[in-house]
Amino acid sequence: MSKHTFSIGGVHPHDSKISRECAIEQLPLPPSVYLQLSQHIGAPAKPIVAVGDKVKVGQPIAEPGGFVSAFIHSSVSGTVKSIAPRPDLAGNPQMCIEIAVEGDEWADGIDTSDTLVTDLPEDNKAIIEKIRLAGVVGLGGATFPTHVKLSPPPGSKCEMIIINGCECEPYLTSDFRVLLEKGEQVVVGAAILSKVMGGVPCTIAIEVNKPEAIAHINEVIARLGYAGISVMPMKMRYPQGSEKQLIDAVMHRQVGSGALPISVGAVVQNVGTALAVYDAVQKNKPLIDNVLSVTGECFPRQANIRFRVGTPISYIIDCLGGMPADAVKVISGGPMMGRAISNLDAATLKGTSAILFLTEKQTRRAPEGNCIRCGKCADACPMGLEPFLLIRHARLGNLEALEQNAVQDCIECGCCLYSCPARIPLLDHIRQAKGAVLGAIRARAAAAKAATEAAKPAPVIPSAVEESKK
Amino acid sequence: MSKLLVSPSPHIHSKDSTRSLMLDVVIALIPAAICSFVFYGWREVLLMAVSVASCVLLEWAVTRFMLKKPSTIGDFSAVITGMLLALNLPYTTPLWVVVTGAVVAIGVAKLTFGGIGQNIWNPALVGRVFLLVSFPTYMTTWGAPAGVVDAVSGPTPLGAIQEGLLSGASVQDLTAAYNYKDLLFANLGGSAGEACALALLAGFVYLCIRKVIKPWITLSIFATVALTALIFWGINPDRFTGPLFNLLTGGLILGACFMATDYVTSPMSLWGGVVFGVGIGFLTMMIRYFGSYPEGVSFAILIMNSVVPLLNMWFHQKKFGRK
Ligand code: SF4
Ligand code: SF4
Repeated sequence: MSKHTFSIGGVHPHDSKISRECAIEQLPLPPSVYLQLSQHIGAPAKPIVAVGDKVKVGQPIAEPGGFVSAFIHSSVSGTVKSIAPRPDLAGNPQMCIEIAVEGDEWADGIDTSDTLVTDLPEDNKAIIEKIRLAGVVGLGGATFPTHVKLSPPPGSKCEMIIINGCECEPYLTSDFRVLLEKGEQVVVGAAILSKVMGGVPCTIAIEVNKPEAIAHINEVIARLGYAGISVMPMKMRYPQGSEKQLIDAVMHRQVGSGALPISVGAVVQNVGTALAVYDAVQKNKPLIDNVLSVTGECFPRQANIRFRVGTPISYIIDCLGGMPADAVKVISGGPMMGRAISNLDAATLKGTSAILFLTEKQTRRAPEGNCIRCGKCADACPMGLEPFLLIRHARLGNLEALEQNAVQDCIECGCCLYSCPARIPLLDHIRQAKGAVLGAIRARAAAAKAATEAAKPAPVIPSAVEESKK
Repeated sequence: MSKLLVSPSPHIHSKDSTRSLMLDVVIALIPAAICSFVFYGWREVLLMAVSVASCVLLEWAVTRFMLKKPSTIGDFSAVITGMLLALNLPYTTPLWVVVTGAVVAIGVAKLTFGGIGQNIWNPALVGRVFLLVSFPTYMTTWGAPAGVVDAVSGPTPLGAIQEGLLSGASVQDLTAAYNYKDLLFANLGGSAGEACALALLAGFVYLCIRKVIKPWITLSIFATVALTALIFWGINPDRFTGPLFNLLTGGLILGACFMATDYVTSPMSLWGGVVFGVGIGFLTMMIRYFGSYPEGVSFAILIMNSVVPLLNMWFHQKKFGRK
């Protein structure tokens, strides 16, 4: 059907979208929610409520802790019980605001009706401010604050908005269901985004394993009559939904190492984010809920559910019939990039996209063998890296060679380790090496900056420098 | 509640394993093996059995008792070495010579380097060349296929031509004795694996379809051999053999499809592979035309095996978003 895809590497895991027919269900309210203060990229939010306060659904409870940061709103109505560290998915303590649920009373001004609002507001500045105040962050994985992405640095110009509906990770179906059930809202959200960026064209990229979604969105665009929005059917290939790969696939432009998408004129937003933008701008509804898939062959009660942010994972699992007996691993997200959960009582975040159960057989990694130099890892790497070489340098701790071979460009997609027939733990080592090299690069940049600063005659106020760096 | 398994992503893996890939190579060699059984009879079956058994046993014994590591025979790579070695030998080779070849291939060329993945040279080829240099009589008297020619042993086509040239005959007269249909369908003397070009090519196509190997190395060998032969033959058809003749003789197909494409001893990148293939093709033709051995593929591959580390250093994949 279509040939649009990225140019280097990639793999074709079985798509396993077994929950694709499950319509989105509303999860009952949990007894308590736990809203983590750091659930976006950037500085953690600062609480603006105190223990004992009564809050309503959609009321802000924490404000941004810096320029790259986001508001957090109460996802339920009730009483603030505590503001304290609580173990996250991996068991690490994270500051959370605990709210005991009492009823379901929404804050004033939020339009909770289903009426579609298609007239776009005039003022772009006001739109971005609404998005910021609603705490919208990227829901495709990185949870980067959306208002920051929509304010490109001076000198750069956006030429295209890409709405990422690839959902290239196996098992995940929440974006697919949103496209089918909230297609109108997503398209209006896309129109808002395109208007904010100066009326640039907007491409909604959907992989061809979702033909219903492609047909539906095409129909919605025609019905609502937005010019400049179009659907681009994409070939199935992982990691198509990765930002750099998607821009390459749609615009045939490659974002350079360490550069942002805007450097090639692109802004990418996920389907869920487009919906959140619609809610924020047209309905005054902050980002307090999201859709996730609960899935896995061993889980009998497949589902796509709308959950309030902060709902404990164990509550969701219990509502759907409890842990399957033969699941050995529970993953937050997809099987390629998701994180294994060690603490099921951890709370969901704004960006939680799936709870996936895998059995021992499905997730078993055979013991490591000798590298047979087959080159499959390099063929699979979408960044054109040579994982077999990187792991050799990583095991020797050779940072210089690692940097020369661009370990810092790794997007941690897992294609290398997925394809390696000898099950060499490529990504495990590359991930660490990448961290070390990025640290070294940052230290170098800081040293260089300090040197130029020292060479400058006029003194600068240190706090101002700190601020501008943020 | 039972403890959850926590390990880093990715949480799923492709079905490929070293074992499944090697098993595919074994499958790809089966048509050629069957062909050689048909042409050369039970002696070839015995040869193959002894070769495979000695390679596997040796690898098992050495890893188990000398290296004290878990045995690697389950990955089928020793089976491939055994099959390739057998296909590289005349069916008349004495069995003790076959065993010697296996010892050199597995013991010296593979395990002293650290086993699969660590060796520089293709083990089966090292075994073959060792035998060729040490026992030239057994190795150059090739049996004619039973029942096709009068079952007398005689030199291989390339060998015959080199001898003929030395005695002053012209290539045209000498090649007139062979017809290409015979070469394709193995009606001529040679090592077992040279016997059936079509069976070998079928195996190669299977490996490409299964994405076990990529075709570039093999195709660039074929192209270079054809082109070099075309140039020399065009200049002097009395002195030099032509392209088709060179493609179909001297184990070129076996070498290009199964030995030059060995993962461990070939370059990783596309262009590295092309240079590797061109090098093998060109060296093969130089040895054939000007060298003292009539057949050059084995030597050419071993020489190019030695420069693989350099090719891997020079040719890298194109990185995303970088010049
Ligand atoms: S995880 Fe990194 S090294 Fe591995 S394939 Fe992805 S980008 Fe390449
Ligand atoms: S895929 Fe695995 S075995 Fe193949 S070259 Fe890469 S690391 Fe080595």
